[in-house]
Amino acid sequence: MAGTICSDILDWRALTTSPARPGNPGPVTLVQAVDAALEAELAADPRVVLLGEDIGRMGGVFRATAGLHARFGENRVLDMPASEAGFVGAAVGMCLAGLRPVVELQFDSFSYPAFEQIVCHLARYRWRTAGATEMPAVLRIPYGGGTHAPELHSDSPEALFCHVPGLVVVTPSSPADAYSMLRWAIRHPDPVIFMEPKRLYRSTRGSLPADPDPEGLPRARVVRPGTDVTIVSYGPSLPTCLEVAEVLAGRGTSAEILDLRALWPLDETAVLTSVRRTRRCVVVHEAPRSCGVGAEVAALVAEHAMFSLDGPVVRVAGLDAPFPMFMLEDLYLPDPGRIVAAVDEALR
Amino acid sequence: MIGSPSVGSDSPASRGGNGTLAVRAGSDGVDCAVDKLRLWTMMVRLRAYDERATLLQRQGRIGAYPTFWGEEAIQAAAVLAVRDADWLFLSYRQNAVPVLRGLPPEQAWAYFRGDPRSFFDPSQFGCAPQCVPLATHLPHAVGWAMGRRLQGGDEVALAFFGDGASSEGDAHEAMNLASVLRAPVVFLCTNNQWAISTPLSRQAAVDHLSARAAGYGMPGATVDGYDPLAVLGAVAEAVDRARDGGGPSLVEASCYRIGPHATADDPSLYRDEAETAVWRQREPIGRFEQQLLDEGLLATQDITEEHERAASAMRAAGHRLDGMPAPTGVEMTAHVLAVPPPSWPGPSAPTFSTGER
Repeated sequence: MAGTICSDILDWRALTTSPARPGNPGPVTLVQAVDAALEAELAADPRVVLLGEDIGRMGGVFRATAGLHARFGENRVLDMPASEAGFVGAAVGMCLAGLRPVVELQFDSFSYPAFEQIVCHLARYRWRTAGATEMPAVLRIPYGGGTHAPELHSDSPEALFCHVPGLVVVTPSSPADAYSMLRWAIRHPDPVIFMEPKRLYRSTRGSLPADPDPEGLPRARVVRPGTDVTIVSYGPSLPTCLEVAEVLAGRGTSAEILDLRALWPLDETAVLTSVRRTRRCVVVHEAPRSCGVGAEVAALVAEHAMFSLDGPVVRVAGLDAPFPMFMLEDLYLPDPGRIVAAVDEALR
Repeated sequence: MIGSPSVGSDSPASRGGNGTLAVRAGSDGVDCAVDKLRLWTMMVRLRAYDERATLLQRQGRIGAYPTFWGEEAIQAAAVLAVRDADWLFLSYRQNAVPVLRGLPPEQAWAYFRGDPRSFFDPSQFGCAPQCVPLATHLPHAVGWAMGRRLQGGDEVALAFFGDGASSEGDAHEAMNLASVLRAPVVFLCTNNQWAISTPLSRQAAVDHLSARAAGYGMPGATVDGYDPLAVLGAVAEAVDRARDGGGPSLVEASCYRIGPHATADDPSLYRDEAETAVWRQREPIGRFEQQLLDEGLLATQDITEEHERAASAMRAAGHRLDGMPAPTGVEMTAHVLAVPPPSWPGPSAPTFSTGER
């Protein structure tokens, strides 16, 4: 091609994925499930609007909104300038005007410019108006590492949001959960931080359930029952934990895998019920260890199930260091070896 | 429509009452039809509110209070320039603006005694609650205006902010976003030259903050913030343009912060109060009253009576504030979430206890 020097590399057309539809034969990816949930809620409720960078004709950098601009038009799927504080703030205003905005923050770290709007307004407006206004907004945040992404595209900031009163923080770990939990989140009257494990966007497949999650708040789910140890995890670490459960089963240890699904509020009953039964607890997440969700789970167990424990609560987490440049990310992310070692410590 | 060149149902002829005149005001020579006496009455009410609030603070009946003494023309004119269905987005220095739309003064003051019963339903008064973090309410105005527009409404959002807030990133993001979306928003900057102790020269390197409008592709105007008719003319023109689909505007109402930043501030530490004294001679209410006297719309006795009426009403509101019972601990958690989790403190009282569950 004219103008190239080394090679003919100017064809930027990417592999495209077609949007999934509920009832489609065959499994869909997690990102297709997100797309399908957005489509279903856009169709079901004219108050639902999508805001974000590149979500329109492009369909988002992850294609999570593929096809939605074409179907619903620019008044429902609104491309935003590179202005996270501006459009998260605008979402607050849209809630005041009676809409239900669903905001895509392109990557985890892109939530940081919007942090003041999230903390000071989205989370507080209902309180500040004595319950007269609701903030039924959803902030979708693709998060986590393991995708060989540039700096500040692999963070796991979920605990930051869990620490902000007035927000609900949830994260799916399967296409079915992504679909039903996102539909639930869009219908929920309180602001929901919807953390999407971007590493699982295309690495997991499943079928779409017919309906949104009917529960009032997403509850934790036992995804693999066991009797010897409870491994509490969520989002991107879940498949790794299931892998570990297989390894442990091979050597005669029965691990129960509990997917939290909601990080705030925690399903305290589910955690305590499982831990009281297995008497051992390991918590796994890739966010930094200190003051993370794992610390909250450990505190919960210490406060309310201490005398049921036969061993220490052990955390497997990221380091208290910036998420590394990606040549080192496999060292940083919890892997089966570290989780097995943690289980051994809990069982000791 | 106030301030419209066209004669509509809200024209001077139809509005009636003493002092209803067609006047010429605003930097662009817009014809404004305005009830001058109504504007004046609102300004007097704001002044009485502000002075009573300062007194309440000095007496320990409320906490720190951000006075707006001298900014009454801007606030009253802005409220008059919009329709009831239009929403106002406020910073803390506009804490009395909801009072102009029906909020009891004592409820507004309750905010400054740290009382959550000061919280109100924004839709009842068309006012978003006062926003403490600078400029962060400006994107709300954009979103609200876009939200109404997407639902087929013709309402306009008017957002107040100050010269200090103009330096915040949210001000930039809001104005850029509004312009890109052609959202019906009027950005009204009260440039009182001081952000606590920081003068305008340390805030901005432009002569007029309205010059920034050009960078956003929107009209900008600077008017005398002590001249209520000038503010009204400029804001009304911007409101009309927004409502007609012409997108946002930036109006800079230039004035001088005659008072302190707030009751805990001592401006003599950082500025020459002799300069302040000069500005105080230009304060808007006395000047406007002289104009109304000259035009024969007011007699001296009218002024005295109106001042007394306003002061008396605010004194009574102060007594009602004192009579409000103290809030209970339930208010801390009552309205945080529509759907609280099972572990949430119950309706009787929040609890800090823990134990085996």
